[in-house]
This record gives sequence, C-alpha cells and structure tokens, in this order.
Amino acid sequence: MLTLTCPCCGITAEETELHPGGEAHLKRFGPGSSDGDFEAYLFARKNPKGVHFERWRHAYGCGKWFLAARDTVTLEVFGTYKAQNPHPTPEIVASIRAKRPDWQPDWTETKTSSAESLTE
Amino acid sequence: MSDSGPFRLSKGGRLIDRAYQLPFRFDGREFRGVQGDTIASALLACGQMMMGRSFKYHRPRGPLASGAEEPNALLGLGEGGRFEPNQRATTTRLLEGMVANSQNCWPSLSVDIGVMNNWMYRFLPAGFYYKTFIHPRAAWKHLFEPIIRRSAGLGKAPTEADPDTYEQAYSHVDLVVVGGGIAGLTAARDAARDGKSVTVLEQNPHWGGRTPTDHADGQALIEALLSELRALPNVTLRRNTMATGLYDHGYLLAREALADHDPDAGIPRQRLWRIRAGHVIVASGALERPLSFAGNDVPGVILASAVRDFIADYGVAPGKRIVVVTNNDDAYRTALTALDAGLDVVAVIDARPNATGALPESVRARGVRVLTASAIAGINGSTSVEAVKICSHAGEGKVLEIIEADCVAMSGGWSPVVHLWSHCGGKLIWSETQAMFLPDISRPPTGADGMGMATPVGAAAGDLAVSGATGAAPEQPLMPVWVMPMHASRKMKFKMWLDFQNDVKVSDVELAAQEGYQSVEHTKRYTTLGMATDQGKVSNINGLAVLSAALKQPIPQTGTTTFRPPYTPLTLGTIAAEARGDLFQPLRKTPMHGWHEAHGAHWEPVGHWRRPYCYPQSGESHSDAVAREVLAVRGGVGTLDASTLGKIVVKGPDAGRFLDMIYTGMMSSLPVGKCRYGLICNENGFLIDDGVAARLSDDTWLVHTTTGGADRIHAHMEDWLQCEWWDWKVYTANVTEQWAQVAVVGPQARTLLERLGGIDLSAEALPFMGWAEATIAGIPARIYRISFSGELSFEVAVPAKRGLELWQKLHESGADLGITPYGTEAMHVMRAEKGFIMIGDETDGTVIPQDLGLGWAISKKKSDYIGKRAQERSFMASTERWKLVGLESTDGRMLPDGVYAVAEGENANGQRNLQGRVTSTYVSPTLNQPIAMGLVLHGPDRMGEMLEFPVQGQVSYRARIVDPVFYDKEGSRTNG
Repeated sequence: MLTLTCPCCGITAEETELHPGGEAHLKRFGPGSSDGDFEAYLFARKNPKGVHFERWRHAYGCGKWFLAARDTVTLEVFGTYKAQNPHPTPEIVASIRAKRPDWQPDWTETKTSSAESLTE
Repeated sequence: MSDSGPFRLSKGGRLIDRAYQLPFRFDGREFRGVQGDTIASALLACGQMMMGRSFKYHRPRGPLASGAEEPNALLGLGEGGRFEPNQRATTTRLLEGMVANSQNCWPSLSVDIGVMNNWMYRFLPAGFYYKTFIHPRAAWKHLFEPIIRRSAGLGKAPTEADPDTYEQAYSHVDLVVVGGGIAGLTAARDAARDGKSVTVLEQNPHWGGRTPTDHADGQALIEALLSELRALPNVTLRRNTMATGLYDHGYLLAREALADHDPDAGIPRQRLWRIRAGHVIVASGALERPLSFAGNDVPGVILASAVRDFIADYGVAPGKRIVVVTNNDDAYRTALTALDAGLDVVAVIDARPNATGALPESVRARGVRVLTASAIAGINGSTSVEAVKICSHAGEGKVLEIIEADCVAMSGGWSPVVHLWSHCGGKLIWSETQAMFLPDISRPPTGADGMGMATPVGAAAGDLAVSGATGAAPEQPLMPVWVMPMHASRKMKFKMWLDFQNDVKVSDVELAAQEGYQSVEHTKRYTTLGMATDQGKVSNINGLAVLSAALKQPIPQTGTTTFRPPYTPLTLGTIAAEARGDLFQPLRKTPMHGWHEAHGAHWEPVGHWRRPYCYPQSGESHSDAVAREVLAVRGGVGTLDASTLGKIVVKGPDAGRFLDMIYTGMMSSLPVGKCRYGLICNENGFLIDDGVAARLSDDTWLVHTTTGGADRIHAHMEDWLQCEWWDWKVYTANVTEQWAQVAVVGPQARTLLERLGGIDLSAEALPFMGWAEATIAGIPARIYRISFSGELSFEVAVPAKRGLELWQKLHESGADLGITPYGTEAMHVMRAEKGFIMIGDETDGTVIPQDLGLGWAISKKKSDYIGKRAQERSFMASTERWKLVGLESTDGRMLPDGVYAVAEGENANGQRNLQGRVTSTYVSPTLNQPIAMGLVLHGPDRMGEMLEFPVQGQVSYRARIVDPVFYDKEGSRTNG
C-alpha cells in the first residue's frame, strides 16, 4: 500500500485515502480530431516499467487531484506535484535524474512548466 | 513417566509445568496434557502419534514439525461458532477442556474409507484433475466430478457465526524486527541504542527462537538481551504476534493473539496490527527441510529439530528408539538431546561420506553408531514406524540392514524464512555451499525513497550460527541430498513425499517435467506442490530441486515460486475485525427513515442508502403493495422520499460553460427559475447519469443526479474542473445530505400542497419544469415542478433537519385525500409505464443516449461536450445499433428481465444470432398488463414486429415491438 504526499494539503496519505486516475499529462482530443489521435488519447497508455507519471486524487482528504512521479518497479516516489502542470516540474525532473541518470523526458521542457507560474 | 502420558519424560521440558494437568478431548476421547503443552506435544505424550490423514491419499499422518510450518497435524478445533478448521496442532496452545478433531477421514482416523485413494496412487498422478477435464467428457461429469467434489477441501467450514470479537490497530515505528530469536533481539538492541523506536514481533508465546533449545547457555543469552530491551523506553516487545506480510512502502501486517488462550477473557481474541515501518529487520530464522526417502511421511518420521523441541521444550519423547538421518551436522544435536533425555539413539544415518565435525564426534563418543555414506531405503510400518531399512546413499536402494526403531529424526538442511523479504520484491540468490536460497542484499524490497526497506539478519540471512553469537563450535558443510538414495528406483519415488499436506511426491514432479512442464510456477499449479495451507514451507526447496534435476538444469535457473502473504493463515474474523454486522459499512439514512420504518417499509439497498421499496400493509405481498401504491398515486396523491437524489451545486462565472461540457444538452441557456433534464456521458460516449438541473441564479445551478450517481458525478466534475479546465472559475459542492426532498405526486398533489399554504402552485404561477422558492407549512422550501411518473408532480426540498416535519404535515393534511407513501418499486413501475429510462436498467456502460431515443437531449449547437467526439466514431453513429422500444408480451406473461431476442441464423459458435434484449419489465397495475422495455436492432423502425425470447425449459416468450410510452402518450396528466 503506497504512501503519497498530497502537494495541495501536505498530508502524507495512505493509498486507501487516495483514488488513482491513471496516466498523467494526457492531451485531450475533442470533436474535429482524427480517429488516431482520439483513440490514442482515450486508450493508448505508456504503461512503462520504470519511471511513470500518474494522476491521484486525495479523495478522502482535501479532494484535490495531484500528480505523482513514481517508479513502477521499485515503487520509489520521486515527488508529487500539482495537477495543473502540463509536464513534470523541473524539480521532479531533477529528482528523477539524480536517481536515474539514463532516464530521458519524452517531452520538450520549457521554463514555464512549474506549478507556481500556472496557478494563481 | 508422569500421568500425562506414557511418552512424557520424567524431567525436562522448559516450556511446560507438570503441576497443572489439562484434560482435553481429541476425536471424542479423553486425553490429558500439562500447562505449556501444544496439542501436538500433549497427544505425543499420550502416545497418539497419528493426528490426521493426508488430503489426497488419506495416508495416516503424525506431526512433521514443531512449529508454524507443520503440514500434517491440522485439526478442527472447538465447537459451534468457535469451530476453526486446519489449526496446526504444533502451534495451538493446549487449554483445559479443549475439543479437537482430526480431519480428512471418514468414518474415523483409524478406519478411513478414503484411504483407497492410497492404493490407487498410480491413477491419481500429477495433474489428475486437469487430465479428467479432457477425456472422456462423460467420465468427468458422472464419475470424477462427484468424487472430487466430495473429497475436495481441507477441513470443514464453520457453520455458525463467530462469537469472538477482533480488532485492528495502527502503529508507526522507525524499525520493526520480525523474529524474537537471538538475531532479532540483538538487532533490536543495537537499533534501540541508536534512539530509534523499535517494535519486536515474535510469533510464539516465548522468546528466543531455537537458541534456548539448541545451546546450553541459550536461555541465559536471551534473558540478558530481553532485560536490556525491557529497560529501553523506545522498545516495544510483542509476543504471540505473527508478521503476516510486508507490503509497499513498509506497510506490515501482523496478527497478535490476545485471548486465544482464554476465550472468555472478555477482550478481543486477536488484533491485526497495521504497521507503517520505517525499516524492517527480517529475523525470521530458518526452517528445516525433510529428506526425500521412501516412507518419509509415515507417522514417527519427524524433522530432527522438531524431535529435540518435543524433548527439550515439552518433555515428550516422540519415540524411544530413535534413528537420526541427516546430510548435515546440526541433526546430531537431536541425537545428543535424545541421549540426554535417556532415550535410545540406535543409529545416525549420514549421507555424507565423512562426518568428522565436533557434533558427530561427540555423538560417536556417546557410543552411538554413525553410518556415513548411508541412506534410508524405506520404512517398515504404515501407521507408525516399526523399522528402518538402511542402504548405501550412492546406490539404488539395496537394503543392507534393517534397524528396529519407532522414530526417525530427519534433516535435509535448512531454508531461511525469506517470505517477508520476498513479499514486496526482495530477490533471492542460491548458495551452492549451503544449498539454500538467501536474501540477495543487493536487491532488497525498496521503499518510497528507493532504498532497501528490509534487512535480513541471522538464520534468515543464511547465517545459521548467527555469527557465533551462541558460542557453538563451527559445523562442517552439509551435502545437498534431494533424493535418497541417490539412484532410487521409480517405485521408491512413488513413496517419497515432497509436499506432505497436498500429497505431492518426487514421482509427481518428475512426471510433470516429463510431460513438458518447465516453469516452476506451472509445475506448482499442475502438481499442487506448495499450494496447501502451509504454502510449501517445508516442501518448496526439495520440490524445485527435484524439478531442476528432472530438467537437468541448475536450481537457480529453475528459481522459486512467488512468496505471498499471509505467512500463516489468518482467520477471517481478524481481517474483518469490527467491520462486521451493522458496522460492515456505514448505512445512510434519510431524515424520514424512522417514519418509513414505523410504517412497515420493506427496504431496498441503493448504494449505502436504504430506501423504502414499498410499504406492505398487513397480509399484503410486496407486489400487491406496489400495485396499490401505483394506483393510489395515479388516482389521488402519493409521496416518495426522494432525499437520496444527488444534489450538486455548481457555481461561478464559468458554471454555465462548464455544465455545457458536462451535459450533452445546453444548460447555459436555461433561464433562472427553470429546470431542464440532462444527460451526462463519459469521454467514451456512454451514458453514465441523468437528472434535472435547475438554475438557481445567474451564476448558480443545482444539478440533480441519480441516487447512486451523486458521489460519482461530483468526482467526475471535480476531475474535469481540476485537471482539464482548471482555469475556469467554477466551484462545486455536493449538498445531497443538506436537503430532504419529497416528491408529492398525483392528480391531488396541487390540492394537498396548497392546503399547506405559502405559495401559488397554479400552472400559470409554477409551470411544468419550473421551480420556485417558498415557505410551505412554515418551512423554507424549493419546489420543483418535475415529474418522473407522468403525473402532476412537485418535488419539495427543505433543509434536511425539517424533512420529517414536512413529510408528517403532508400526511396529516392529505389523510382525506387518501395520501399514500410509495416506494422505489412503484416509482420504477410508473416511470416504465411512461417509457422513461432508468440509469442501470436501460444503460449498462455500453449504451449511448442515441440508443435510447434521447437525441432531443443532445445539443446540436454545441461544438463540444464530454463524450461528443466518442459518439462521432463510426460504430457509435452506425444505424446498426440496438435501440429502445417498448415490448408487449403477447401471451400475458411478464417477460423475464434481461432475456435476449433471437434472430435468424447462428453465429460461429453455433448459437442463435441475437437482435435485442429486455432492459426493464414489470406488470403495470395501471394498464393491468405486463409491460417491458428493451433494446432492439433497428427497433424504432420495426413497430408491430414480433420477437422471440427463448428461455431454457420454458415455452419461448413472444413480444410485439411497440412505443415505449405505454401510458398517457400525449402527456396531459403532467398538468393535473
């Protein structure tokens, strides 16, 4: 049973307090999108063995959704961060790289990808 | 010998007190043990070696071990509600007046009919069950299945409720040490000195593990450690507490036996500890392995360590003429212990070519024959050991000598208890020199920080001598022995047991390999090796060594099966603890619950709510009550407790825009004071909820959901709001329990409500699908003119605490109007008479609104809503989908729920093609005929066509496709 720290209320919560929400950072494809894009958005998941970014809701706590960077094999948690980030934050990336020097992000890092600059 | 049995020694037995005699019953006979005994030691003391029969062949069995790993001596314990099957005689403390019974035998332990399986062993090989599945088919149905069913299952399930109580507790601690032997206590002391909070868990009632039994000064060493630990404030010592499993991030479950020794103590019987450990020290010791020789399961063949436990701990002689058979030095300790107790050790059979270590030499010095390079070829005796046949280990089993004996103490070496280490991903490594799997400390189970969360110490780490902590002389290496003798014949292998509990033999594993099984996990399931209640604690290593030999590959290549919690079985009561009966789950009650109960409501569970299904009057059946309620509503006025309906406030400058995404229809255009029916789909396009939304003010909507949908839809909204449209200014609040809601329904509804005063409810003042705020009967209320029955209907919402008051006032004022409370079933019938869909009946997660003729509730103007893109997919937009219709039974019988309509032809499996199914079916009291709704291919285009619904064993049902609206098609009754 995992423990994750909610970045919204700061509580380190047991898995039973949390509700899982699958892979994080999906881009929504709505009306007008191609069949391929929509299918990939709805169904195709990376399901990696190793570093994974996932959605969790502190369902029996503050009620907020947040994101977690976690190793699906070792269960190591690299950090949690706010759900509004389009990509893992630089702090999360640094934390992963410190432990997994070979790991490469599969997105283009930008300077605006920290939670503070995206939320009020 | 004392009067607690002919095999009780006159002295010795560090755990017992001969002064306290405890009578008990086993298989209906009176026995007598002493305080400190286990059932096994007490029975052995009385000369009762045979304690059960094996699962498959019903072979006579005595105890193999002295602890938690015991596979044979499993008893049904207690009576009535306190009956528990499969209790290990070796770990169950003897209590005065205890009642124990043997298992797997009929009519009795000594005369057992099922033993015929034993003679038929050639016909019950590995994978027997699977083979019977294949051919011949008729034999499975008529011969094998009935026999297997009768003999399946180990022990009997209790039939009465457990009268004991159980509890659970939480603990957060820096370090948990599992195992209170010398390694665990030493590790605990070292950690505690560093200031860490430390909890030590020991499964047995006494501390020390094997040390006090195996070493002269062992007890003193343990006492010294304990007194040091007891003086430390940061140390908690828990005996009788078995660590059952280690899970993610240091989550450890442990079972503490609190009152197993005293059922009437008035405290919980057991406690389940849910521990979050910063780190876990695995000091769980090691288990001795049997040797695989022919007849190694005959009662009286016992693990060498168990023999000396019975002698040293309980003052019991498992036999008076003991043969020790071994491949290592440690078993010689048993010979010494037996000699010290005055028992005969007639020989030590050592498979090794030489035995020149300190222990063998000291045994020789006592005049005991030590036969090296030797093996056991077989055992004379079936229910007890009579003699031992000796052969050369290097040979094929030619008998060289027969030695009379009544007990064989065997040792095949030791296996570290690596269960906890392995539960959460710790890896193992094979030690060639020690012939054991060890925890690979370079690949530990990892915690949240990515670091190892467990550390093995002592015997659990393969350090059997615990780094010399006991001062014992070094031992010479063992010689791996997996089959004894080395070149044993096939016939001998039929009598060599690997898994004693599930009756798996060397021959079975070799057969599995011969039949092509290579993976140890597959072989386990095919042969059932290690699948019994002992989870293969004593059998696994021997089994996979035999498999490796058969596959001609090294043991590490074969690997182990997966270790899964719990370490030993947990009783269900401990897992459930307080969560049973009324506390199994919270029950949600509306403010009017008590009134419903007082008026005889028959309850229907709806999620965690209880809703009145109907209110049967005396002598009335439920269906009669439902019919009466429906007619009363349609003919006068009725009330439904609708408080459970989900109510979610959606508020903010972007609330309208947000609801336009949530609903398929347009909610932003809804005027203040009006209501609108809406459909909610998931992103996959499927309909997940429906209900009426009301616009309360410019920036506020109240969304009604189904009873079961309130929490789910609120979570759905929050997900989209927080994660996708997080910059939209919207708040949601689930206010379901803040409001009591009463549907006042029927042609007299307006008359009744107007009597309570406070508002003009005329059609002009409050038109259909309008809502108004008012004070009714002195209670502030919102009145929604919406209808789920087709009748004139007002849903009146008041603050929850005043719900009962409103309900009672309605019933007082409406008495002369024949006001009738109605339940969920009358509601369902009336909605079906009107062709209204019900989420969960007409929908099942594969139905889209377009299937249900609800296209009118889907906005054509909106560019987007959740589910819109999905509904544009070709198979969603297809004309070939099953669509909602009414179904009219043609012979007056009500269609069964869920039945399928067949079409012409057959599918690839030879089954009839299908063209539709029934989704709702009732007898309409209003129309006095059965009515049904269903989804049918091209249904709305096929009005009047007949469908056939075959039902096994009955004449096929036939129904005509009709309009789903059965009653008041023009909808005039809504206006009263």
